[in-house]
Amino acid sequence: MSEAAIQQFNIQIGNELTRNVQPLLHEIRHALGNFLECGETRIIDLRSIPLAPGEEDRILSLLGQGEVQAQLNALGPSEIIETEYAGVWVVTHYNADNEIISRFIEITAMPDILRSQTEDAIAAYSRLATTLEENQETNQSFAEKQK
Amino acid sequence: MTNRSNGNDKTLGEVLRSRGVSRRSFLKFCAATASMMALPPSMIPAIANALEKARRPSVIWLSFQECTGCTESLTRSYAPTIENLIFDTISLDYHHTLQAAAGHAAEAAREAAMEENNGNYLMVVDGSIPLANPGYSTIAGISNHDMLMDTAKGAAAIIAVGTCASYGGIPHADPNPTGAVSVSDLIKDKPIINVSGCPPIPVVITGVLAHFLTFGVIPELDHLGRPMAFYGKSIHDRCYRRPFYDKGQFAETFDDEGAKKGWCLYKLGCKGPTTYNACATTKWNNGTSFPIESGHPCLGCSEPDFWDGGGFYKALSIPTEDITKNAIYAAAGAVAAGVAIGALNSAKKKRAASAHQKTTIDDLEK
Repeated sequence: MSEAAIQQFNIQIGNELTRNVQPLLHEIRHALGNFLECGETRIIDLRSIPLAPGEEDRILSLLGQGEVQAQLNALGPSEIIETEYAGVWVVTHYNADNEIISRFIEITAMPDILRSQTEDAIAAYSRLATTLEENQETNQSFAEKQK
Repeated sequence: MTNRSNGNDKTLGEVLRSRGVSRRSFLKFCAATASMMALPPSMIPAIANALEKARRPSVIWLSFQECTGCTESLTRSYAPTIENLIFDTISLDYHHTLQAAAGHAAEAAREAAMEENNGNYLMVVDGSIPLANPGYSTIAGISNHDMLMDTAKGAAAIIAVGTCASYGGIPHADPNPTGAVSVSDLIKDKPIINVSGCPPIPVVITGVLAHFLTFGVIPELDHLGRPMAFYGKSIHDRCYRRPFYDKGQFAETFDDEGAKKGWCLYKLGCKGPTTYNACATTKWNNGTSFPIESGHPCLGCSEPDFWDGGGFYKALSIPTEDITKNAIYAAAGAVAAGVAIGALNSAKKKRAASAHQKTTIDDLEK
């Protein structure tokens, strides 16, 4: 929602709201420090924190956008962005109507959901083998016809 | 509505895989579920493991004295995918608003589900139960009371959805002409989860279902039988306008400077300090906002007897015995002139009329 739209509904945006922006940024800094020292990863659910209108946008704006931006297509789109601060990611899950269903800040080298999952890789291995077998049969049949 | 015979014995993992849902999609589903259940994200792997092995429980949904707002809240929540998956993981065997079957066929489906899943099915109830006269609300000629008691016998647990099923709700408001009671007023020997709200936040409904699916037990409850994860904090505690309350900055009217600056709505009747619900963080309409964010005080709809709190725009009026009794007489006079009025003497009627409070546009503009 734009600032103008918020003001139209008499909802103040400014410096007097929940004041949860600064503490949250400190929490992220602390988590990043922990990650660097002991490899401990951390996920913060933005939906669990009371935020006033405009504050979530402010947090995202302060974190900015870094070098990586990935788009998933799994049960609706998901957006995975590394912020300007390496090791700090914003993961946003949408439903099929592009409405946000959850948003997390992850402090990690790479969010788990980006990695290929073992179960999917096993299924992929099997699928690929089947495809190759089918191709082989098609090739053989084609070769026999050529004779 | 899912067919009962369609693989109740399959685990959720098997159901999802058979539909071509990838592990990555499943992890996304689990992340959204954790957020929905207000569980810490560190629980996502545990949720994934548990949901993978979860089996689809049979669910029988009974609607009694209600407005269908609770069902509307749930079915009109999120569009496809995540919410559908939650629904797909249960076998909704009876819900007379949603099911295709009607009449004897519908009742036969309920009876069959009860027999086949005896002791294991989940019973969901929305609406209160009238005791004054069974004729106030019946389904297929069966009184709400009889259907509730009969269906509850074989239930593993009961979820009372909405303030009506949880505490009697609006039908229970003075003078309670139908003698409306809650589920927990009648059933004492089954675990009951109250998911109150008028209506409840949709993700709270699905969150409770997801919790039962994931862990196989009911979540931790507060003293009013509500899940602590969603009802553990007051609206006031988690309200973004709380700093204004702490500083004594209040909107005095809906259009004064305080209102324009987004100050606390306590003096305009906000029931946030005495209301426990997840509106301030989960919010409504897919996380868009909640009443206070839209500039209106909280009505306290997830609390027992919220309708009799002495006026939505009065600063935290707690109903006194006198107000309650007078309101009973006044409302009874208005609604059921004749039988009820005959029992009242004129002095009581006068007192009732003077104590009866109506909310007018003037009240809103005070």
